Amino acid sequence: MPPEYEVVIGLETHVELLTESKIFCSCPNRFGEAPNTNVCPVCLGLPGSLPVFNKNALELALRAALALNCTISSYSKFDRKNYFYPDLPKAYQISQYDKPLARDGYLDLVKDGRLVRTVRIERLHLEEDAGKLLHSSEEARSYVDYNRCGVPLVEIVTAPDLRSPEEAHLFLELLRKVLLYTGVSDCKMEEGSLRCDANISLRLAGSDTLGRKVEIKNMNSFKAVQRGLEYEVNRQEEILKAGGQVAMETRRWNEERGITVEMRGKEEEHDYRYFPEPDLPPIVLNEDFIGEIRSKLPELPVQRCFRLIEEYGLSPYQAEIITSSKNLADYFEETLEHYPQPQKVTNWLIGDVLGLLNSMGKEINQVTFTPVHLSGLLKLLDTGTLSGRLAKEVLEESFLTGKHPEEVVQEKGLAQISDEQKLLPVIDDVLKENSNAVSDYARGNKKTIGFLVGQVMQRTRGQANPQLVTELLKKQLDRVEYG
Amino acid sequence: MELYEMTAYEAATALQKKEVTSLDLTESVLKRISEVEDIIKGFITVFDNEKVLLQAQNIDKLLAEGKEMSPLAGIPMALKDNMCTRGVPTTCASKILKEYRPPYDAHVAEKLQEAGTILVGKANMDEFAMGSSTENSSFYHTRNPWDISRVPGGSSGGSASLVAADEIFFSLGSDTGGSVRQPASLCGVVGLKPTYGLISRYGLIAFASSLDQIGPLTKDVRDCALVLDIIAGNDPRDSTSVPREKEKYAGYLGREVRGFKIGLPREYFEEGIEEPVRKVVMEAMAHCGQLGVEVEEVSMPNTLYALPCYYLVATAEASSNLARYDGIQYGFRAPEEDNLIALYRKTRNQGFGPEVKRRIMLGTYALSSGYYDAYYLKALKVRTLIRQDFERVFQDYDLIVTPTSPTTAFVRGEKINNPLTMYLSDIFTITANLAGVPAISIPCGLAGGLPVGLQVIGRPFDEGRMLQFCFTLEKLLGFKGLKPSIPAKGVLRDAS
Repeated sequence: MPPEYEVVIGLETHVELLTESKIFCSCPNRFGEAPNTNVCPVCLGLPGSLPVFNKNALELALRAALALNCTISSYSKFDRKNYFYPDLPKAYQISQYDKPLARDGYLDLVKDGRLVRTVRIERLHLEEDAGKLLHSSEEARSYVDYNRCGVPLVEIVTAPDLRSPEEAHLFLELLRKVLLYTGVSDCKMEEGSLRCDANISLRLAGSDTLGRKVEIKNMNSFKAVQRGLEYEVNRQEEILKAGGQVAMETRRWNEERGITVEMRGKEEEHDYRYFPEPDLPPIVLNEDFIGEIRSKLPELPVQRCFRLIEEYGLSPYQAEIITSSKNLADYFEETLEHYPQPQKVTNWLIGDVLGLLNSMGKEINQVTFTPVHLSGLLKLLDTGTLSGRLAKEVLEESFLTGKHPEEVVQEKGLAQISDEQKLLPVIDDVLKENSNAVSDYARGNKKTIGFLVGQVMQRTRGQANPQLVTELLKKQLDRVEYG
Repeated sequence: MELYEMTAYEAATALQKKEVTSLDLTESVLKRISEVEDIIKGFITVFDNEKVLLQAQNIDKLLAEGKEMSPLAGIPMALKDNMCTRGVPTTCASKILKEYRPPYDAHVAEKLQEAGTILVGKANMDEFAMGSSTENSSFYHTRNPWDISRVPGGSSGGSASLVAADEIFFSLGSDTGGSVRQPASLCGVVGLKPTYGLISRYGLIAFASSLDQIGPLTKDVRDCALVLDIIAGNDPRDSTSVPREKEKYAGYLGREVRGFKIGLPREYFEEGIEEPVRKVVMEAMAHCGQLGVEVEEVSMPNTLYALPCYYLVATAEASSNLARYDGIQYGFRAPEEDNLIALYRKTRNQGFGPEVKRRIMLGTYALSSGYYDAYYLKALKVRTLIRQDFERVFQDYDLIVTPTSPTTAFVRGEKINNPLTMYLSDIFTITANLAGVPAISIPCGLAGGLPVGLQVIGRPFDEGRMLQFCFTLEKLLGFKGLKPSIPAKGVLRDAS
């Protein structure tokens, strides 16, 4: 029987913090500026410049750490990580080495309302980002853009607790959700505000020693992380099955070719010569301050998802969609304050509202259609002022114009006609003009009534209350039948 | 008496009494510079005379308009060339920064400009402030005005010699292990290294960040207090600058010193010290009795380890601080097109001088994996012990007095090929940097016709009382008024 292998994965994630300014200077923390325009002596590492720690970065990092259930260090410090590279203007990165801001946290992997695994977070520390090299193939030379230098980052390192590429993918999705909920980062992998390297090794199933690990870099999307790891699982399995040994090395994911390629071996690894950053005082935190940050944390996505299931009877599927963003979940619960019918609100939110948002490419907080609008719309449905079909029309109009549904109904004269006196003349006309259908009905083909209702709806441009129309039609037809 | 011979205070007083103008004072120092600078070579850059004079005229105008300005407004001065001055070469006396013009002003440069002082030029130094003789300047050697065959000390040798030679009324230096005090001692001027954190390091090109501190070099103690009044104070751009209420140091001068208790640490008077130096310092201390100041011998046993401790901490930080000079963004770049590593190697090999390379290698080694605990970490522990030595003595004593340097100015070339002997030149000054405490050197007499410096060390942020004591002692020492006689230009060829 061929040996069974267990996959062991740990992730190192770098997350850019959503601060106003950079971590050690007052340059704005912005993406997408013209190269080398968002810089100053400090982030350029010019001789004589000195770093000043941005307290806002500390607050966001603490939020992330608390949301990941970490223990916050009452004493932590900055260290210098020394290495030469053109995108690193001081030739050292200000980071944290042996005294990180936070340690020993965890993130619960939950899928379909079920706990898949608890992934331990080994550490979370603060550091500054480096610049970017731009390679010109035509000129055979490289340029440096220093704009990103000094953008605040937290590095989040997991224990080797993930057991499959899918789990790695799920972890990143949930991590992203937590960081979005807490306002720590915008987590845009395509803009590099969330980046992930992975360590992966295989071991014989049942073994509790770790195999020889490979580090994979350059995976630029959640999908790439999963694909890169899947490729690596297969590659390592083949080596091991052939009786070989996996080389400890760093490999680079090549997206186009769908493979990993060797970057550097263990012997080429840097000696970063970490030592305490003498230009910055240590970070000393007291319980009060930490407590203050903790008190400002929102309810986290997993907890909220479970609560929505419990409190409102949503299905795990519904709850996961509603809690996919904090704004949507907030919207949901705010709507319920005005209109306490969870299932109806859920159906409209997940169906039509999300559909419209997707087609507009917008988030729920970016439109003027508020929970008051949605609850208003649902009330119009309940009172029979709107039919389901009209309601969708009103929703669209309200979405585009920001007008309240009632206003739309009034302006466009879209209200459902439930007035018998208005409907009866139309019904009479329809019956007169469709004598064939009427006689079919009389002969016992009761289905014809559907056709007649359709005719009435058409003549009223869909505004007639279909239930009332059916009722009135039956009355008229029966009168014809028996009269 | 020529105007340039005055102290900054005397010149400022004359200026306020409208006996002279800033233009007069500036013309006077420019004349002095034209006479002796070829011999002294204390400057790396002297600014365009027309522009400097224009600045002086501008200050005169403001003063005439009755604008409220600092006591030193209109006084010409110089900065060590490791303090950034916007748009003006700031070289650290290194080939690697030879063409470098910073886009911003150091905190101290801003403060002195606000105060209305006239920046005349940038002073020579040991490359990146590494050295004790200014022989490590990549450009040329600076000479000691007292004997031009001798070194002015270092690394702020240019700043010290310019003041001693009356080329400037005062200057700023930087002190990482004695680089203000030792040249002050060798050139017969006053040099202060303040408490770590008293003066912002923003814009001071770093050598060893946890030790570096800017300090004034002046003709006497009063000038030192006046300059300190301008440059001391919290700066939010330097996180190691200490937020505390601003003091008026000049206010301490002339106050009674009776009742002060002074400790003389045995370890600073025993090994390595030249007997004449020891004698001059002890004679100076003999005045204490008549001042009502109590003097006792004390012991600071960890002094012994200060030198190795210093050369691990300072070089470790330097190896990191100087890593940015890689030829990529600014400064010298060796011609190399193809290979990044080769570009780094050639740039740094050609751009740095031998002493800088030696210290970068030493520091890199001390931080390397496998050696960190044995060297860097151990040095940090020793540093704590040295600090505790000071704390213990300061429980019972107000001040500590030692010689500033074990020798007077030595002959150029004498120690440059033996780094260890050169390092010993700072043996009495490095402890104050390691402990972060303030220390000042004042000239206390001559030995063999050369100035001897007396070092006064105080508690953290006790500069006021240190100056108070030095001001009183200075009056009794009779060094004041002694001036070196600088030979005419003609003898230069023979002397060098």
